[in-house]
Formats: sequence, structure tokens, C-alpha cells
Amino acid sequence: MAEYRLATPISEEEARALRVGDVVYVSGIIVTARDQAHRRALELARKGEEIPVDLEGGVVYHCGPIVREEGGEWRIYGFGPTTSARMEDLEAEFIERFGVRMVVGKGGMFQKTTEALKRFGAVYAQHPGGVSALAVASVRRVVAVHWLDLGVPEAMWVVEVDEFGPLTVTIDSTGRNLYQEVLEEARRRAERLALG
Amino acid sequence: MVEEGIYRAIRRAAIRLPFDVQKALEDALERETSPMARSTLEAILRNLRAAEERGLPVCQDTGTPTFYVELGEGFSLKAVVREAILSAVKRATEEVPLRPNAVNPWTNENSGDNTGRGVPIIHWDVVEGDGLRVRYLAKGGGSENVSALYMLSPSRGIAGIERAVIDAALRAGPKPCPPVIVGVGVGGGADAALKAAKRATMRPLGTRNPDPVVAELEERLLEEINSLGMGPMGLGGRTYALDVHVEWLHRHPASLPVGVSMTCWAARRALVEFRPDGSYEILEP
Repeated sequence: MAEYRLATPISEEEARALRVGDVVYVSGIIVTARDQAHRRALELARKGEEIPVDLEGGVVYHCGPIVREEGGEWRIYGFGPTTSARMEDLEAEFIERFGVRMVVGKGGMFQKTTEALKRFGAVYAQHPGGVSALAVASVRRVVAVHWLDLGVPEAMWVVEVDEFGPLTVTIDSTGRNLYQEVLEEARRRAERLALG
Repeated sequence: MVEEGIYRAIRRAAIRLPFDVQKALEDALERETSPMARSTLEAILRNLRAAEERGLPVCQDTGTPTFYVELGEGFSLKAVVREAILSAVKRATEEVPLRPNAVNPWTNENSGDNTGRGVPIIHWDVVEGDGLRVRYLAKGGGSENVSALYMLSPSRGIAGIERAVIDAALRAGPKPCPPVIVGVGVGGGADAALKAAKRATMRPLGTRNPDPVVAELEERLLEEINSLGMGPMGLGGRTYALDVHVEWLHRHPASLPVGVSMTCWAARRALVEFRPDGSYEILEP
């Protein structure tokens, strides 16, 4: 297990070098998107329209931050990850269309996303769930916000970060999915329990 | 004064975890040997310090504000309690700040201030006396989403209850932000079992159900769930659950409801006790 410090944009080579268990700290620009933002981005792209951010080599973060407007600027008060499973239906197409190299969230993703990460050369990394105040400490500034009509948690926040992490690579570009491995083992162990 | 006390309880819960939960997370780190489990717990513990030092919410999902009110029959300010809860929630959303989490299911419109139809959730109990106790729970969406209800055939007995809880944990996997506190409500009926389950997650860690049979079941379930090896945040390890709390109610002869509710490691709760004159004290149990 290695430790990496990566700057955005991330290259395919950098993403493909990462393995399950590696720890990554990211500096540069990350973009939040939950289910509503994924849906809207894909609807626009399918119609051939542009989305307001360039995600080539980008990091998409499953996060609904706590944000407050203060003196004409946005300030972030909460920046931990949300459950990634909700984006499973949309993430593979999102990775393919926009060239994302790292998906950050918590709780893992499933087969379709795992296959897309392998095919297009990207990884899924987990930010520890709920670890919000620590993530705030890595925020330099809010660069932009798009689609605020979706509500603060669902809007697309473009955020500059410094050493954002620790992120643990849990699905890599070789097709290894740590969550799946842990759950399969847990199911095997559950069958062996003598209950009652 | 009632609003102020409730506001402070909400703020305290958002920023600082109860001592028993902090201690349980530190103990979990002692037990873990896998590097990923350890680094996850270390980040969680560093986050607790960062939140307290910077006065920031522990987690960005500041939850659905949920209140358990024990209203004394003789409490002189009882007419203002509901209004005080609502205004304390709105103020906390603005000032702590909390994330606005009340969304209209039809229009997806966020009310912006954590109030709306049925939100905050308030459970009312009228009790003897002339005081007021308000328990606050900040219930995150990730852990709420793994809630489960099993309507078992009563012949399934204790083994059936165990199987249901294990099944709920397997289905939940990494989603509820483990290490979790597992609440189990047995009996009552569908809604009562789930209500008891959620309330059980708020019992202080390390306490057992006074009924020895139930207490033994709690210990067995804790060991069984952790033996599955799912660990902190589902990356593998020894601590999936910090504890299992079981509460029970009498059941209908034909039913054996088992409600399962989980609270993420950020088990944010506070209790504010008001005296008859409206003065108050904030406690953690």
C-alpha cells in the first residue's frame, strides 16, 4: 500500500497506477455532484450541450456540503462524502462522457461503475464517511457553484482543495472492488453462524 | 428560554459527540489491526478534534432533526414548546450552520430551513411532574436508508430475530457509515417496532437492557455482527458495530415484528432538561 499526493488534472497513467489500499491526497480542483447533478449533466450531454465545468482528468466528489454565503463569498462548513450507491446507475456514463479520473465518495459502488473504471482508466476512492470538519480544513476556496436551483446539497460546487484526504482507493482500474470482497466474505461468515 | 436551551442542545450535538461515543471509537482503534480500518478510525478521531476546535459540525449531513419530548403535565411553558423547537431548528440551521435537509418529495424543493411537513420529527410523551425533557437526535440519511422491518412468524423465535438483525447488517454493509450503533425493536407492531429501534440507538453505550435474556441477546448480536468482518466504513476489520441495543414491546399473538435502525458513528444526540422555572441544563445521555 503506497501513499500518493496527486494534483488535478489527473492523468490516465496516474490513475491506472493506483491500487486498492493505496492512500491518496488530492490538491487542485474537485467538483461535487450528487444524483441530481449527475442526472442533469448527463441530460445536457446527451442533447449535445455543454456542462459548465471541464471534468477531463477531474475528480468528482459525492458530497452535499454545508455552505453559507458571507459577504458575497461562499464559505464551506461541512465537506464530508455522501453514500455513493445512489449514483451507481449514472456513474459509468458520467465517467465515459466527461473523462473523470477519480470518483470520491463513501460506501462504494457496484459492477457497472467498476467496469467503467477499468475500461476508461479511473479509480474510486473513499473519503472516510462523516469526516467533514477535517475535509473543511483542506478547502482553499469555492471557485464556482452551478445549478443552485437543485438546492445547496445537490448543486455542483467547484472547490479548490489542498491535500484533500486521506482517500483510500477501494475500487481500482484492474477491476478489484474491495467492498465486494468484504461483503462476499461477510456473507460466507454469516452462513456459518450458529444462531439461537 | 426554551428555544435557547433547545438551540444549544442542537448546536452541541452537531459539533461534539457524546463522551461515550468518543470513548467507544477510541476503543475500536485499539482493537483494529488492519491498516485501512486503523486509518479510517484515526481520521474519524482527528475529525472529532477538528470539529470541536473549529466549532464545525462533525458531519456535513447534520441529519433530520428529531426530538423526543417528555412534557411534564405541570410544565408552565408547555404552550410554547412546539414553537420553541421549530424556531430553535431554524436558528440552528442559520447559525451553526446545519445543512438544510427538508425536501418536498414531489417537487424536490428544499425548504431551506430544516422545517416542513412532519419536519422536525417530534415524538410527544406527557409525563408526571412540572419539568420538561427534550432529547435531540440528528439522524443522518445514509444510516436512515438502511432501516429495516421484518414481520416474522412468531414461531421463528429468538433465532429468527438474530437472523433478521444479521441480515439487516449484511444488507447495510458500508452504507450507514460504520462503526454503527444498532437499535432493535421487537414486538409492538410495524411502526412501534421501528420507533423503538430508533430510540434504542440513543441509549448510552455500554448499558444493557435490564432483562437478562435481552441483555444476553444484545451481547451475542454484537459479537456476531462484528465477526462478519465488515469493519469501519466497510473496508474490513473488527468493528462494524459499537454496540447493539434491543428494546421490546408486547406483540400481537400472530406477529413478531423486528425493527432495525442504525446510527452512524457520528451518533449525535443531546438531552436538555428544563426546570419548572424554565432554566435548563444540557446533558449527553
